Amino acid sequence: MLHLVLVFSPLLGALLAGLFGRRLGDRGAQLVTCGLMVVSATCSVIGLFLHLGEPAFKVPVLRWIEVGSFQVDWALRVDTLSTVMMFVVSFVSCFIHIYSIGYMAHDASVPRFFAYLSLFTFMMLMLVTSDNLLQLYFGWEGVGVASYLLIGFWYTRPSACAAAIKAFIVNRVGDFGLALGVALCFFVFDSIAYDVIFAEAAGHAGETVQVFGLSADALTLIALLLFVGAMGKSAQLGLHTWLPDAMEGPTPVSALIHAATMVTAGVFLVARFSPVYELAPAALAVVTVVGASTAFFAATVGLTQFDIKRVIAYSTCSQLGYMFFACGVGAYAAGIFHLMTHAFFKALLFLGAGSVIHAMSDEQDMRRMGGLADKIKITYAMMWIGTLALVGFPGTAGFFSKDAILEAAWASHNAFHLYAFWLGLAAAVLTAFYSGRLMFLTFHGESRADPHVMEHVHESPPVMTVPLVVLAVGALLAGWLGKGMLDAEGAWWAGAIVTGPDNHVLHAMHEVPFLVKLAPTLAMATGLGLSWLFYVKMPDLPERVATALRPLHTFLYNKWYFDELYDFLFVRPALVLGRIFWQGGDVGIIDRFGPDGVARTALAGGARTVRLQTGYVYHYAFAMLIGLVLLVGLYLFVIGG
Amino acid sequence: MPASLHLDLVPLLPELVLTVAALLLLVLGAARERVRAAGIVAPLTVLALLVAAALAGVLDRTPQTLLGGHFRFDAMAAFLKVLVFLGVAASLLLGSSYVEDERIDRFELPLLALFSALGMGLMVSAESLLGLYMALELQSLPLYVMAAFQRDQLRSTEAGLKYFVLGALASGMLLYGCSLIYGFTGTLSFTTLAQSFGPGSPAGVPTGAVVGLVFVIAGLAFKLAAVPFHMWTPDVYEGAPTSVTAFLAAAPKVAAVGLTLRLLMGPMADWVGQWQQVVALVALASMVLGALAGLVQTNIKRLMAYSGIANVGFALVGVAAGTREGVEAALVYVAIYLAMTLGAFGCILAMRRQGTYVERIDELAGLSTRQPLLAAALAIFMFSLAGIPPLAGFFGKYFVFFAAVKAGLVWLAIAGVLASVVAAYYYLRIVKLAYFDPPAEPFEPPSGPGLRLVTGLAAILVAGFVVLPGPLFDAAAGAAASLGPPAPTAPVR
Repeated sequence: MLHLVLVFSPLLGALLAGLFGRRLGDRGAQLVTCGLMVVSATCSVIGLFLHLGEPAFKVPVLRWIEVGSFQVDWALRVDTLSTVMMFVVSFVSCFIHIYSIGYMAHDASVPRFFAYLSLFTFMMLMLVTSDNLLQLYFGWEGVGVASYLLIGFWYTRPSACAAAIKAFIVNRVGDFGLALGVALCFFVFDSIAYDVIFAEAAGHAGETVQVFGLSADALTLIALLLFVGAMGKSAQLGLHTWLPDAMEGPTPVSALIHAATMVTAGVFLVARFSPVYELAPAALAVVTVVGASTAFFAATVGLTQFDIKRVIAYSTCSQLGYMFFACGVGAYAAGIFHLMTHAFFKALLFLGAGSVIHAMSDEQDMRRMGGLADKIKITYAMMWIGTLALVGFPGTAGFFSKDAILEAAWASHNAFHLYAFWLGLAAAVLTAFYSGRLMFLTFHGESRADPHVMEHVHESPPVMTVPLVVLAVGALLAGWLGKGMLDAEGAWWAGAIVTGPDNHVLHAMHEVPFLVKLAPTLAMATGLGLSWLFYVKMPDLPERVATALRPLHTFLYNKWYFDELYDFLFVRPALVLGRIFWQGGDVGIIDRFGPDGVARTALAGGARTVRLQTGYVYHYAFAMLIGLVLLVGLYLFVIGG
Repeated sequence: MPASLHLDLVPLLPELVLTVAALLLLVLGAARERVRAAGIVAPLTVLALLVAAALAGVLDRTPQTLLGGHFRFDAMAAFLKVLVFLGVAASLLLGSSYVEDERIDRFELPLLALFSALGMGLMVSAESLLGLYMALELQSLPLYVMAAFQRDQLRSTEAGLKYFVLGALASGMLLYGCSLIYGFTGTLSFTTLAQSFGPGSPAGVPTGAVVGLVFVIAGLAFKLAAVPFHMWTPDVYEGAPTSVTAFLAAAPKVAAVGLTLRLLMGPMADWVGQWQQVVALVALASMVLGALAGLVQTNIKRLMAYSGIANVGFALVGVAAGTREGVEAALVYVAIYLAMTLGAFGCILAMRRQGTYVERIDELAGLSTRQPLLAAALAIFMFSLAGIPPLAGFFGKYFVFFAAVKAGLVWLAIAGVLASVVAAYYYLRIVKLAYFDPPAEPFEPPSGPGLRLVTGLAAILVAGFVVLPGPLFDAAAGAAASLGPPAPTAPVR
């Protein structure tokens, strides 16, 4: 009952606000959706106390599909993993709903926004509580749709529509992999229920499947296909291009969907399928390499961006890379731990950025900010808390989770664990640098903004700052509270996350050399110190370095040219191909000889027939006589003859 | 057949009612002053037609021959008479406000229609070549006058004259055909014709008689407006007063199809191999020409002329099948055609703007925003004429094509379907104009209650046919059975 209320109250809110939004009015829609989200969040907190460390159980909803032996149920799977995820999703979503009351106050279609936001929350809850792959897929696609709708929320802006379509299409690539993975699961296990898959996974280890004459290890292939889906949703290197563009959506959307929850669905998927991944070391190696590469790549790009939201977006991308390589090296617990802490501090950073943008009359370029610290004190303080948590300042949430990930990477036996460790460490330096850069450029130094804008700078209303404070508290405390997740024996998870008999990483990570334990903190200090040097102490240094390293800077500033590469490789050939089929095939052949040609012939025939209609009686009489002769002739020579 | 000696005139009652009414109303009209006469004669004419239709509906349908073997009453005759008399009454009601507005509300107009209706009643009961010819002429002569009724207008007089001249030519062909048949067979009576040339006849079919039959078919094709004897139709439809056009398009077509069926499927039923190809060719040409030529029309009355040509083609597909299903399908088709055409002309007669009637198709633009009910009725008729389910027109077409396929005329059915696809363009264009184009000036609201009544009723019949199709099918089946090839009695050996 608790979980039914938890999961379905956002849906109720979405339906009420979406269908009756006009009648409810802005205020009514806000009250309904936020009220129901508070109910949901409360339930999730209660669930945290009741079900952590308890064995998994199912809350059946109804039978969905029943075709022969193929049965799919709607059911909520409640175990420690899903309880943590439900808490993160509901709790963060609840405060972002409340924050949005202030942020979206002046928008023209408030009920629509809240309906989408609640719909997203429902779909995300559906995803994390799924009991089988089809239900997961439903939630997976549902959050995709909600993300599409929210990125394109301001649909009159062409850039927003383009970003929404880009997000949807890039995700399609990943979802195709996921769909294949689901199908392969059914092929191998003859079921898509988690219970069956996890119980039988060990029995299928070493099996192969034949695909197009190639044979592949079944579990590795499943794990890789599911990971392709995860890469799309979680914006990993290669399929990451949609995430920065998704910042076209309203800032609360960026905070909820593109930082705290949806993009972490891939990490959740890998952790959920830990029983399968543990049996597929090759897949784990791929996860590690992709994750570590993404962490480094996105951090380098983050160094050079000027749009405040894009910097945070690349930061998200980078942090997701951390989570993935944590899973890849076998420390799923560390990955989920970082997911949770990241949800708090990244949502906080986004909402703080939203508050800045709000204060600056919709200005997002950091080059036109600066010196805001005194004007918006609460936002400033909260942003610093978020930044310190992100860079891993000792005692904050990020400190615990990021250290754990790097230590796990060092201690792991994965073939690529050192690759992950060093790139992760480098990314930690870069993270600290770009985070410091963001703070210093935005809040410190002289104001570079239009004086007219500066006059209007004001602190956001309490409805926006209170969520900031709550999330800041989370960013400070989540580390202390969640430390238990890293329990060396894995008992905390009560079987929700499985580690193989040879996987001792959770144990080994506690026994790494002291220097390794210290390394992340040193990296953080180096990065923050450098950024202070660059942007506070010697403000002309960035320009000089950029000039000296012009090619590198340009390369980074253009995001490693991924968009251009994809444009060249996929988009333009597809457009050309489409044009060929459209102009040549459809218009040139089908239309020309099909509908158009027939229509033209018919019209010409009509015009010719009408010309016979001269209006002269003798023509008509002649036609009658000719007709008669023809008919008699037909009879005499064809039928009778 | 001593039946001809009977003086039992009961089966003739509907015609007797019409005759007596026509004569009485003629006297009444002549005795009254002009303007008031029309006001009395027109409603009484409608009343007489309704009484005749009712009588035709309730009379005993056992086949009976009387008037010296020239007249036959059976289920077929009853079915067609009800349709024809109702059709004439309906078209008079439709036109009642038009004739007032156009100042042609003389008492002669309904009277002429009444005489023509009498001719139609006799047509569908014809049982001899002589009866056939007499009835046809009685039906046609008033039509010529009616077409030219706006005698001070060039268009109308031209239409009447053309119609008369060409009609006379067609009558000549028909009469010549009759004389050929008579010359080669020695009989005028359908009954005797059937006996002489039934399956048991040793003589076979004399070529001259079949040539005569082709001449008769040509004469009938003129009345039907089937290609290549259709040339008069667009000019006459356009030139005649619209109320007369509505009249021309409706009941006479039904009567002519009935007469064709009675001739071809009665005495000639066993000669089906001789005439099937001829009828099929005429049907094909009519469907194709009606569909193609309609595409480029701008005047809605001319469009309806081509639509009528195409529709006759579809009905003739049923005739060409030469089977009982074919007869049944053709009868159902004409019944549905009657409702669709009357309804469509109801809409056309409502196209009045600032006191004058307009005829251009463009004038219907945006009708739906100004007169949603009229637009809805128009859409129903046009969709039905285009043959779109679940409207009545779809079923009409479906059954004639079905009958043709069963009779082995697959090519004709395919051609028919293609033609109806082409024709769908001009019907749907009207709907598009009415619903999607920027509105033109609104029409004046339809003035006459008769127009509203008939159009509304037709719309209900056409749209609601799918709910209760049984009665029409049953009646048509009964009619087809009463005609059909002679019941298979003991084989004549």
